[in-house]
Amino acid sequence: MINVSSNLLASSFFAYFIATILAWGSFASKQKKASLKIKKWERISIIVAALGFLLQIGYFITRWIAISHVPVSNMFEFTTFLGMMIVLGYLIIYLIYKTNIIGLFALPTAMTVIAYASVFPKEASPLVPALQSYWLKIHVTTAALGEGILTISFVAGFIYLLRVVDQTKSSKKTFWIEFVIYSILSTLAFAIVSYIFNAMNFETTFSWVNETQQEQELVYHMPAIVGPPDGEIVKSSHSFKPIVEAPSWMNGVNAPRKLNSLIWSLLMGLVLYIMLRLLFQKRIGAKIQPYLKNIRPELVDEISYRSVIIGFPVFTLGALIFAMIWAQEAWTRFWGWDPKEVWALITFLFYAAYLHLRLSKGWEGEKSAWLSVIGFVIIMFNLIVVNLVIAGLHSYA
Amino acid sequence: MIECECGHKNPIGTELCESCGKPFHEETEQKLLDMRYEGVARRSKTYQTTIIDKIWNFFSSVKVGIWIIVLTLIASAIGTILPQEMYIPPNVYPAQYYKEQYGVVGYIFYTLGFHNLYGSWWYMLLLASMGLSLIIASLDRVVPLYRALKKQSVTRHTSFLKRQRIFGISRVPNPHETIKQVEQKLKEKHYQIRKENGNILAEKGRFSRWGPYVNHLGLVIVLIGAMLRFFPGMYVDEVLWIRDGETEAIPGTDRKYYLKSERFILETYDQDDKKFQEIIKKVGNGIPKNYQTDAILYENKNVGIAGAEPKLVKLKQQSIKVNHPLKFDGFALYQTSYKLNEFHKMYFKLEEKETGKTFGEIEVDLLNPKSTYNLGNGYKVEILEYFPDFEFGDKGPTTKSKIPNNPAFVFKMYTPKTKDGEISFVAIRQNLEPFGENKFKMTFTKLDVRNVTALTVRKDRTLGVIAFGGLIFMIGLVQGMYWNHRRIWVQIVGNEIWMAAHTNKNWYGLKKEIDYVIKDTDLTKPQDQKEHKGEVA
Ligand code: HEM
Repeated sequence: MINVSSNLLASSFFAYFIATILAWGSFASKQKKASLKIKKWERISIIVAALGFLLQIGYFITRWIAISHVPVSNMFEFTTFLGMMIVLGYLIIYLIYKTNIIGLFALPTAMTVIAYASVFPKEASPLVPALQSYWLKIHVTTAALGEGILTISFVAGFIYLLRVVDQTKSSKKTFWIEFVIYSILSTLAFAIVSYIFNAMNFETTFSWVNETQQEQELVYHMPAIVGPPDGEIVKSSHSFKPIVEAPSWMNGVNAPRKLNSLIWSLLMGLVLYIMLRLLFQKRIGAKIQPYLKNIRPELVDEISYRSVIIGFPVFTLGALIFAMIWAQEAWTRFWGWDPKEVWALITFLFYAAYLHLRLSKGWEGEKSAWLSVIGFVIIMFNLIVVNLVIAGLHSYA
Repeated sequence: MIECECGHKNPIGTELCESCGKPFHEETEQKLLDMRYEGVARRSKTYQTTIIDKIWNFFSSVKVGIWIIVLTLIASAIGTILPQEMYIPPNVYPAQYYKEQYGVVGYIFYTLGFHNLYGSWWYMLLLASMGLSLIIASLDRVVPLYRALKKQSVTRHTSFLKRQRIFGISRVPNPHETIKQVEQKLKEKHYQIRKENGNILAEKGRFSRWGPYVNHLGLVIVLIGAMLRFFPGMYVDEVLWIRDGETEAIPGTDRKYYLKSERFILETYDQDDKKFQEIIKKVGNGIPKNYQTDAILYENKNVGIAGAEPKLVKLKQQSIKVNHPLKFDGFALYQTSYKLNEFHKMYFKLEEKETGKTFGEIEVDLLNPKSTYNLGNGYKVEILEYFPDFEFGDKGPTTKSKIPNNPAFVFKMYTPKTKDGEISFVAIRQNLEPFGENKFKMTFTKLDVRNVTALTVRKDRTLGVIAFGGLIFMIGLVQGMYWNHRRIWVQIVGNEIWMAAHTNKNWYGLKKEIDYVIKDTDLTKPQDQKEHKGEVA
């Protein structure tokens, strides 16, 4: 069953890939003339994406059956699910606006998130007592759906920026656009690097004293640029030695290894980015812009705003209200200033500020597009950095 | 009062006539109208002299509100850089801990008081001003807005229509016929129609305008609920340790309730569990599966009667597990901690050293040892001293605590052969004879252990308030976000039909509806003046 499930996930990933190509294909050719045929390709793209979504639902259900609890209980499962919710958000927006513009970037974003997920251990993990509650399903799925829809706001906002920011000269704005692209490339690089080193069977085992002051072994599957603090190599498949040690204030589980992966991703992301720059001979944003010429900025702006409008209540319900109800049952208090809780609150406050700025200060278009990018950064921060640096009660993530 | 040409009397400060919508400041002719609050007179815009006005105006400003939100956001984020005081080990000095663990950053964090950020006075102040701002900003707007929406008339001033974002003029052969058609179509889209002299005001979703105020009210209730925590009696937070088989009064209930723990159980995942084999192999055995206390809840019927023994009546029997607290009378008991295999009873035999013969066994309850154990036939053991948690300190043997972690005894053994008694000191794997060689000794035979469970006793009377606030907040949120307030005005002006429309959000949806409404009629499509002309005023 677990194999069936993995295969379904792989096929859905493949479907998203095809749907992305179709989406870009239909858009690139739209510039010439908007013919019925192109409309047809756009249709096929959305159908393939929907098919991918169904396959991923299939993955979800079969995995659920295989491990007999809802598969959102470790980083791999949760992040995969988040990818699925991004696709769902995209499909919802498609149903409302009947345009596939969002697919151009929503599908790649979802794929990047799923690729990122696939790097985490995929074994089924048994539920510790704190997770044995039906609130696990309710809270985690609703929160992820909210985050997925809010991600669509980022996607639309980012398309807006790519579309309108003046690319004829370099500026602070073009820099930050390139920076967002670079960050996405780094996430992709993370998946690629992990696959390569896994295939090469890289392995270094350190012994070190972990954040709970226990002597432990830590296995790296990538060459260690950053070793554990005061770590000693027990055995290694290669002669590569750490260049520096991870700072001891990083308190996440296995933080040194995660930091090492992060550094690898950033480096390889840079390599990918430079390769693309050399290939295009111009800023990547400048390369993409002409493809988006036919998009009406007002429409993507509206979609971006609308996604916040739809996503904000869902996020609030899932990530704050359901979370608090569950925390009251499991941890004896509905609110305990656990870092993950606080970052959900920060996300909430941020989007509240977004709504007020938009409503009262008239922050539309470019300003709110930048805000939607920052919002996404906050969501990803909660997923990645809080997990890496900060120790908390959440048993995973 | 400002009297409009339509005859309606408006409060001072009104921008657009509440009834016909005529703008009172014509100089902005070319621009679109600011429709956000229907141009109503708001206190904050009208009175600006006294100190109360100034405070009111400060807190009713959305700009200030946004600053409060952003500051709260930034402060909250700073608090997560290092663990809060409540998450550091309980037996350390915070000042030292932060410095040692986190260096300079830790020192600064502690010195600035960020280690207890969420309980600090200035964080409270932020939340309080958020509450104040929510209340004032909402009142400043909701009252006049309600008035304006109630007073609005069907027929609008032409300059009101012209300056709506969506606006169009059509020349049609038969205006009255066209209006009839439009009315029909609007009804199909579930608009409520009001008519006056052949003009139409179609409106729907007005209730969504109250969404923000409802959700703000919810937030205010939540904030009030959070403050209630600090009143005595609203909040109980105690820990109850119970040993297997014991019955204890539940702290915080004034001895009204008692709990018996029949047993505490810890289960771990089975190594042979096929589903999770891989991970169990990796992290080793002992992934916990269940923490459980089988408990019986009693009520003390003699509560309040001075000096009376508790008279316990069984109320409830339940297994308390993580995620399944035992709830009663506003209290909840949570499985939060445990201690396995605490020493319970020790057994010793009285033995003659030379012959190895034994003369009976004593059973020492380590929490409640007897002072004398009579073994009959002139054999007797006395406990002269008992150290439950033995330690050899500066002043000789002492006990670290009352918990029998490392019991030690000074026995005095009486036998027919040793009528004056012999003294022996017995601890785990130790047997000393401080006053010279003895004939008899106490031989350890066996140990009984039992588990101890720790239950958090919690009563939180603010829960209801906070849950209620949360509910109101969600209702307001959904009301304001998932519905919009849309209005379409269709008016006969001379031999033209003027059409204007407004929505508080989701213009795309409104435009789609207008497309539907004018389809198959002689009306031309109204324009979105914002896409074709300048920005909103
Ligand atoms: C975390 C705190 C807050 C949350 C979650 C919140 C939520 C909201 C929401 C969801 C809306 C509706 C927005 C829309 O429909 O696009 C809104 C509107 C509004 N909020 Fe807040 N709010 C918060 C704090 C504040 C504060 C502190 C103020 C103080 C000035 C404020 C003033 C307003 C005003 C004036 C409106 C517009 C009402 C209207 O135009 O009809 N809010 N708020």
